[in-house]
Amino acid sequence: MGACKPGTDKSSSTVVDKDGIGDANPIGLQEFEKERLKELNSKPAFFDDHERLTLITLADIIIPKDEVSGSASDAKVIDFIEFIVKDIPEHQVPMRGGLRWLDTQCLNRYDKSFVGSTSQQQLEIVNEIAYPSKAKPEMHQGAVFFDRMRNLTATGFYTSKIGIKDIGYAGNTPGKWTGVPADVLKQYNLTQVNYGV
Amino acid sequence: MGDLQIKKSTEKYDVIIVGSGAGGGMAGYILAKAGVKVLMLEAGPYFDPAKDSKQLQWPWESPRRGASTTRAFGDFDGAYGGWQIEGEPYTLKDDTQFTWFRSQMLGGRTNHWGRISLRMGPHDFKGKSFDGATDDWPITYDEVKPFYDRVDRLIGVYGTAEGLENDPDGIFLPPPKPRLNELFIMEGAKKAGVKVIPGRGSVLTQALPGNLDRGACFFCGQCGRSCRVYGDFSSSSCLVIPAIETGNLKVIPNAMVREVIVGKDGLAKGVSYINKDDSMEYQVNGDTVILAASACGSARILLNSRSATHPNGLANSSGIVGKYLHDSTGSGMSGFLPQLMDRKRYNEDGVGSAQILSPWVLDNKKLDFPRGYHIEFGGGMRMPSYGFGSDVPKVNGLVPGRDGKMKDAGGFGKSLKDDYRRFYGANVGMAGRGMAIARESNYCEIDPNVVDKYGIPVLRFNYKWTDAEIKQAKHMQETFESIMHGMGAIITSKAQGKEDNYGLHTPGDIIHEVGTARMGDDPKTSALNKWSQAHDCKNLFVTDGAPFVQQGDKNPTWTILALSMRTAEYIIDQKKKKNI
Repeated sequence: MGACKPGTDKSSSTVVDKDGIGDANPIGLQEFEKERLKELNSKPAFFDDHERLTLITLADIIIPKDEVSGSASDAKVIDFIEFIVKDIPEHQVPMRGGLRWLDTQCLNRYDKSFVGSTSQQQLEIVNEIAYPSKAKPEMHQGAVFFDRMRNLTATGFYTSKIGIKDIGYAGNTPGKWTGVPADVLKQYNLTQVNYGV
Repeated sequence: MGDLQIKKSTEKYDVIIVGSGAGGGMAGYILAKAGVKVLMLEAGPYFDPAKDSKQLQWPWESPRRGASTTRAFGDFDGAYGGWQIEGEPYTLKDDTQFTWFRSQMLGGRTNHWGRISLRMGPHDFKGKSFDGATDDWPITYDEVKPFYDRVDRLIGVYGTAEGLENDPDGIFLPPPKPRLNELFIMEGAKKAGVKVIPGRGSVLTQALPGNLDRGACFFCGQCGRSCRVYGDFSSSSCLVIPAIETGNLKVIPNAMVREVIVGKDGLAKGVSYINKDDSMEYQVNGDTVILAASACGSARILLNSRSATHPNGLANSSGIVGKYLHDSTGSGMSGFLPQLMDRKRYNEDGVGSAQILSPWVLDNKKLDFPRGYHIEFGGGMRMPSYGFGSDVPKVNGLVPGRDGKMKDAGGFGKSLKDDYRRFYGANVGMAGRGMAIARESNYCEIDPNVVDKYGIPVLRFNYKWTDAEIKQAKHMQETFESIMHGMGAIITSKAQGKEDNYGLHTPGDIIHEVGTARMGDDPKTSALNKWSQAHDCKNLFVTDGAPFVQQGDKNPTWTILALSMRTAEYIIDQKKKKNI
């Protein structure tokens, strides 16, 4: 089982790069999959510095540090987003355009870009796009962008070491499943089945 | 490219098998073990789950975190290939919708399948006599039963003896105990009057008696990635690799078969293929040819094997090849159990196959469609992957927050982060898999205008669902809803009504497509006899899903394995008798 020992990376989401392809564990990858990774990783950054800073700010508004775990930026969510828009190009226009939409809104309202606005102003506008059912019609495109951003942030965060610890996923390790633990059965007033390993 | 040459091998094999999935793997295993010299051609690369599986990798080890960019079921899935393969198209006739999942690799689609291992029942084999809705197979359940029994012993399957009329019991290993959400499903189903039994899956919940080559399951729930210790059934790990070890079976990977070569006597004498590594054309010779390239893949080879003696394609004097194509019906529903919010964390990965199952036990006399479906269930505290949590901002407005107050769906910040935790593991899903009637009017054929990048004419599909399948999907939705209500779940998937055929999947979606070279006693209405031997060509056999006359609501793999074993032993017998 040595070959599949989990978690050999040193930081939260930085990948140990064995083949220069940005995959920590390229076992079983087909040639075209390796080539694709190489090609994507050799491309220049999709997001410019300003966009990147905006994404980091937004991601930390979506998933901030709390008493349980760190923030989206602690989990390097931005690196995931930068990669995934290259891997799934359908994200590119909505993400770039969504960021621009957000900046334009802020410029009109506060005379500043989103990252240049105050925290209070940032939250004010996020509040208007974070609840799809109550977003005003003129804010709808912003709500659609925010939904995409929120989902990418959640993926980036909860698939990182920090996020998996936070959510409490306890598997992906050899063991024996013997049914629902007794204390949990008791909590829900359930009884164990009379069959099985 | 220089002058194109065809490299003809002078070596002659007893048997050439095209394809290494369940049907090819089992035939290869039985023949090689019996001392028959076998050459197996596989269109994709060599794959050994012990070395190539992505089992136990963490999502952060891949930069795309499990997204499905290069593999249809996600980054870590065990299947190469997918719904579309670069340079190997298929086409659709008129307004047909059909999807074809191909996995070109050693073991084929068995490397990633759900391992749900069900026998077809007596009525599934004799539908005409049972209710008249479907055609009869030329064989009965009782004739296949001994082979199902031997597949159970050889490969291993868990389950429980239930004594059901049309879901025959097997020789079972103990099933896994249910997860928490599965206990709720069992309660909810009971209230709704829906029968639920322990699942049946080809996973070694205990060491397989008499087998030292395979490890027992260690309960990571990742059968879909294929298993490094061979704790579940893949044709690669359980059949082809042991067959190679006999010294009697040789595999040529990346060998894309073009056609079966036929002699002047009308018998098969070998196959031609393109080697994807060097792009050269090859011919190999064999006394017997077995096609097991998947139901549609084998139909394509047969139809492309035109010759003076078989002008209509091989095994196709009846014109039946490609016809009676049928995939299982499918429809689904998802939701969550409010009582499971904020649940205690522990490892409930379990096995990567169905832990519980709802078999079809209803009386069709009270229903407006023939036969029925079984239900598979999902949910629980699974490993996060691409798309994780995307449902949470949609559903967090459906239940009160910690403060007891309702709020709008969506959000951000600490409150949303708390919601991701609260909802984790509370989800529940259901998927029906049902009998679709095999019809002559649903078929694949050779597209007269299109070839793939190897110059091989491609398949064109023609398929329409009928009222029988749509009404079945409606019934599925009603049943799912009653189970959801029975357990107090909140349904979150979109309501599926008449306008979208009650969520009935596009044919092909369920990846149970079979029936394209059906067996039968009458050469005018079938391509193969009851041994899966071509009526028109006695040394040609088909051992994948193509020989199916009519699939039940049972996933086809276990039947493919049993029939392939039966055919392989018939071939050995016929060789002894010098009949082939």
